[in-house]
Amino acid sequence: MNLSTTGEMLAQRDAFGDALIELIDRDPRVYVLDGDLANSTKADKVSRERPDRFLEMGIAEQNMMGVAAGMATCGLVPWLSSFACFIVNRDLDQLRVVVAQPNLPVKLCGAYSGLLTGKTGKTHQEVADISVMRAMPNMTVLAPADAVEVRACMLVANDLPGPVYVRMTRDPEPVIFPADYEFELGRALVVREGTDITLISTGAQTPRCLAAADELASEGISALVLHVPTLKPLDADAIVAAAAQTGCVVTTEDHTIVGGLGGAVAEVLGERRPTPMQRVGIRDVFGESAPNEDLLQKYGLTPGHVAQAARALLS
Amino acid sequence: MSLTRERHAELKRYAIQLRRLVVESVHHAGAGHLGGPMSAAELLIALYFAELNIDPDRPRDPDRDRFILSKGHSSIGLYAALALRGYLPIEELATFDAIDSRLQGHPDMSVLPGLDMSTGSLGQGLSPGLGMALAARLKGQDFRTWVMIGDGDSQEGQIWEAAFVAARYGLDNLTAILDWNGLQQYGWATEKGYGVLDRLAAQENPLSRWRAFGWNTIETDGHDFPAIFSAFAAAKSHRGQPTIIVARTVKGKGISYMENDFNWHSKPVTDQDLKQAQDELAAQEAAL
Ligand SMILES: Cc1ncc(C[n+]2csc(CCOP(=O)(O)OP(=O)(O)O)c2C)c(N)n1
Ligand SMILES: [Mg+2]
Repeated sequence: MNLSTTGEMLAQRDAFGDALIELIDRDPRVYVLDGDLANSTKADKVSRERPDRFLEMGIAEQNMMGVAAGMATCGLVPWLSSFACFIVNRDLDQLRVVVAQPNLPVKLCGAYSGLLTGKTGKTHQEVADISVMRAMPNMTVLAPADAVEVRACMLVANDLPGPVYVRMTRDPEPVIFPADYEFELGRALVVREGTDITLISTGAQTPRCLAAADELASEGISALVLHVPTLKPLDADAIVAAAAQTGCVVTTEDHTIVGGLGGAVAEVLGERRPTPMQRVGIRDVFGESAPNEDLLQKYGLTPGHVAQAARALLS
Repeated sequence: MSLTRERHAELKRYAIQLRRLVVESVHHAGAGHLGGPMSAAELLIALYFAELNIDPDRPRDPDRDRFILSKGHSSIGLYAALALRGYLPIEELATFDAIDSRLQGHPDMSVLPGLDMSTGSLGQGLSPGLGMALAARLKGQDFRTWVMIGDGDSQEGQIWEAAFVAARYGLDNLTAILDWNGLQQYGWATEKGYGVLDRLAAQENPLSRWRAFGWNTIETDGHDFPAIFSAFAAAKSHRGQPTIIVARTVKGKGISYMENDFNWHSKPVTDQDLKQAQDELAAQEAAL
């Protein structure tokens, strides 16, 4: 597959709200739980259009996680929406004990993940959710690249028998997938063929990674781009194959380099195919409130930063 | 529910058996909690032998009543009740805390059918109960959800999150039972030292707190079966609000040297401790 940005810009959170309606209409088990953030996460669409499937839980995330667990034991599929920072931190013990340990089908939407959270600053930026969720047994961890993939992965996540965490972003981002794209759980996708270097990315960093590949192509460097929408279970074979094909790897994510995609790739390659690599991500610091472009620039997440890491690795 | 003399004696006998199984299991395992299971003995027996609409042969029946032990450290008390009720062989209690056992230190619903929720991290049990009560309403089912919480357990903020939300939804199919034994693992110092009952302190009065959170409250003696059953009946007939039964109990109840002593919250049982407990329980049984 050779993908480029389509020119269309859509917000993942809007796709989330739309997909919830779609799920509700096809599956009577689906209910949406909100922690007083529905008009941010866009679960408010459900409260307006399918009010009988919307349950306000107030600003009480620990309780919300437990309520979802109880509902799940009774044959319902609760979709819980809050900011990623709260899901990952405020109610982590609840997630561990009453959702992950009993392996219940609670679906978690981590909205406003990464640095680009609308000038809310470090309290609201969640840049370690992949690391934390990946370390939780029984969790499935997804990070879709664009609005199309949000919908596609939610349809699959809904039917999984255990808990799922879906990492989502706030602002409109370039769309890369065609409307008929079908999500395959646990599969990494080559979204750009290449021979000189492998760029591995996840979530909304993938469109930026494709732009980095464009930049490198203009300099005669052929970059393979591997998109990893399923962080767990990880497609280790695809990672090893891509590393074998090009001989060096750059990972990139709007997330800390500690334990996220970069960490996961290093674990796989370290054991199965040691390969020179470089991790492009947030370098073990908290963020701050600023316009998106300034954040990407300061924390080193622009296409230019990815391309520069690739050049450095190749030279 | 009116209790015949025979039925009353039978339930008392089950409570004594539960206490015996708890001490023996903790003695055998070399570790475990005692005070909490003892204070909950009559409440557990009342639930499992009279109140809950359950069938040990169909532990996953979607229409069964639900029970969650939020104070999950009292697991061995619940396992003993489940064993007496036929969910598992009595002999299996000897596997408590052993490798590969279904009887984990804290209740694990993923390995033992008959457990409706996993617990052990305090403060978490009421929320899943709220979720079950909501699910019953949403699905049009008429099962009831019961959650037993501890007084230490309810120092966790999450209990009060759940209290607020359950009242907001007016869930009258949800009943909490507070095992109000006045002690926790260590607790606060009183003028008499640590682990001494200080139940009169006004700020500790759970009834006014739960009422302020919008719950129907019922106070009862947690060791007296007729009182427990009338509390259950009152809870079930109340409409429009969740109910909490505040059960006055004695931590370590039934074993003289454990009663009201916080040191017996959790402690290995020596051979001599076991012998004395067995003798005391035998005497109680003989006196029935
Ligand atoms: C979140 C959490 N903190 C601490 C503990 C350790 N702990 C286990 S039991 C207990 C005391 C519980 O007191 P209470 O709820 O009153 O139980 P009971 O008196 O009925 O035994 C503590 C602190 C725990 N299990 N979970
Ligand atoms: Mg107590």
